[in-house]
Amino acid sequence: MGNKKYKVFVSCDVANHVCDKTQYNEASLWEKIKLNLHLLYCKACRKYTQNNQKLTKAIKESEVQCLDAIAKEHIKEQFEAELEKHYH
Amino acid sequence: MSDHQINPNNWIDLYSDYLYNYTISRVNDSNIAQDLVQDTFFAGLKSMKNFKGEATERTWLISILKRKIIDHYRKINSNKGKAEVRMNYNSDTESEGDWLEERVADPFDKTAEDKLQNNELGDAIIDCLSKLPPKHAKIFKMKTIQDYDTEAICNELNITASNLWVIIHRARVAMAACLKENWF
Repeated sequence: MGNKKYKVFVSCDVANHVCDKTQYNEASLWEKIKLNLHLLYCKACRKYTQNNQKLTKAIKESEVQCLDAIAKEHIKEQFEAELEKHYH
Repeated sequence: MSDHQINPNNWIDLYSDYLYNYTISRVNDSNIAQDLVQDTFFAGLKSMKNFKGEATERTWLISILKRKIIDHYRKINSNKGKAEVRMNYNSDTESEGDWLEERVADPFDKTAEDKLQNNELGDAIIDCLSKLPPKHAKIFKMKTIQDYDTEAICNELNITASNLWVIIHRARVAMAACLKENWF
């Protein structure tokens, strides 16, 4: 494991994982360096990174909002109670 | 024969995010939006027999929701006096003089067209989300749209961080592919 941490050339899996983390600003500088180095020679990961960034941008621009999980659960409970009444 | 069936059992799972996103862009208050969405489901259940199958369930529910939103604005506007002037600038002396600033046009204000496009993109995103496995959709939503911390999600759903990242990765691949087909 210790060995792995200092490796400069990383696999596609690792690169894509770092790319995912980057979308949430959770990648360290060293990880980003490794990612960018990988992207220099790996076309598939370049493609993935491109799509990933597009997705991040789209979600940001859309200002899409979701129902909070707890609120949803609450609505669901109430609705199911009502549904029960409806059928009986 | 009707083209579309109605089945309220899955309404919440299928449509609550869609209805919520529709509402929140029109009322700007999450509590009010939640109430309106809930009211819509209840009203839908009550008037199920009026569903003719001419439109999809979702379109039908949206049409109910639209009325609920209009009713909501009617209600808050019907309070005495509010129908005339709804600016209360001199309510407190501390903010005196602020009114001018408030009235200056906001240069960052979006045009109607931008908003329309955003709404459509939002719909496309929610459509794609609904095609993911429910667990993936839930985690992706929490992480990406609601901006929860990795740790908070892991605690809440009892999964490990590496578990979370694997799911996020799969969800992102699927979402990008789905949006590519329908949007980009």
